[in-house]
Amino acid sequence: MSAPDEAGTLLQTPLAGLHAELGGKMVGFAGYALPVQYPAGVLKEHLHCRASAALFDVSHMGQIVLEGAEAAEALESLVPVDVLGLKPGRQRYAMFTNADGGILDDLMVANLGERLFLVVNAACKAADFAHLQAHLGQAAQWLPDRALIALQGPKAGAALARHAPGVTALRFMDVAEMTIAGADCIVSRSGYTGEDGFEISVPAGAAEALARALIGEPEVEPAGLGARDSLRLEAGLCLYGSDIDTTTSPVEANLAWAIQKVRRRGGAREGGFPGAERILRELETGPARLRVGLKPEGRAPVRAHAPLFDREDAAEAVGAVTSGGFAPSLGAPVAMGYLPAAMAENDTRIFAELRGRRVPMRVCPMPFHPTSYKRN
Amino acid sequence: MTKYTEEHEWLDEEDGVVTVGITEHAAEQLGDIVFIELPEMGATVSKGDQVATIESVKAASDILAPLDGEIVEINETIVDNPALVNEDPTGEGWFFRIKIEDPSALDEFMDADAYAELIG
Repeated sequence: MSAPDEAGTLLQTPLAGLHAELGGKMVGFAGYALPVQYPAGVLKEHLHCRASAALFDVSHMGQIVLEGAEAAEALESLVPVDVLGLKPGRQRYAMFTNADGGILDDLMVANLGERLFLVVNAACKAADFAHLQAHLGQAAQWLPDRALIALQGPKAGAALARHAPGVTALRFMDVAEMTIAGADCIVSRSGYTGEDGFEISVPAGAAEALARALIGEPEVEPAGLGARDSLRLEAGLCLYGSDIDTTTSPVEANLAWAIQKVRRRGGAREGGFPGAERILRELETGPARLRVGLKPEGRAPVRAHAPLFDREDAAEAVGAVTSGGFAPSLGAPVAMGYLPAAMAENDTRIFAELRGRRVPMRVCPMPFHPTSYKRN
Repeated sequence: MTKYTEEHEWLDEEDGVVTVGITEHAAEQLGDIVFIELPEMGATVSKGDQVATIESVKAASDILAPLDGEIVEINETIVDNPALVNEDPTGEGWFFRIKIEDPSALDEFMDADAYAELIG
């Protein structure tokens, strides 16, 4: 992230005025001015999301629609995911892969019936769009002038239902088009916090009124990028550019669950995506390294880029931390990073280098904080 | 008289012993502080040495020794309760006390007015 004083040269989201009014501390993120926190601070915003509901402005993310009967099949040529089998009203996690089996971006794909709706990372969205147009032509279009609002937390459903009774029927990873406060929205029951919650695509002109209405609900407080990052870390979710990138395969990233059987070896639509050779091989024989959860034994947070060693006195690093920090819900530090597959078993003790010292850590299961998705 | 460093530490000298903490401005900029590592009691430090670490939910920051001297007291309370630094950075949230040879070494640091100007 760049310094706050650069915020003046950055793009504004449709909620910029509201952030200023709420006292958001603005920073540059993927070319946009966004609040890293509000006056409550990251810790309180994080805990409020876990206990009640938090509203995040994620309008920087890219919203793309794929039109036409061929769109699902065409998209399958870019992702190792079952898109043809995605039912109308359902959403699923996917990733664009490159020829080496690395990850170009991770994304959400929703089937809206007549078209597919994609949400991609802000920092990658221009490249993603070019990638889609190169393969799908004019079938890929930006969904223009939209904001994206995430409402997350155990009370998000109750708060949103007062404005959109239809959301009560949605289950985790359902998606529906509905009118909220007079605006045509696309609502999915999903998010990036590990909590039950929603992401609402709303026309830019109606976004501020909707955000104000939601913040006006007693359960809801605004939360910034800082809490968004600590929440997703506790939920064990990847941050593109940190935990996954063009050098990590989906299997190494422990995202094999996102690759359905139909795209695997022996499946009806086996392979046929960039990097299939490596990815299918790793699914069968296992990857050389794996993304794992890590818990420092002490209280000091171990952050991204800290090298990892198999012994306290080892000279050569065997891996590195890719995300790490203090987990407010646990009151303790957590991290994730890559280790050789042989060392990826839970409870394996390894060492991170922190300020010239070796700090013991243990491999542990993720999520660090139990998820509470509304599955039924 | 309290003095201030460009690294946003405050220094209070009494009988050759300087109490060191971080300013309200620094505490606010750091956000919620979740972990603090203090220097060893009795350690001899040189000006500019990294002697303590502060971790907020956002990032890690170093505290540098503002002066040459010996660490004669550390505030264990903030190790157990780092949030105290956010609540009372210039009082109960002090970090350590350093014994110095020459109190005139403090002359080079900013007074309250100069520091207020620095942080705007």
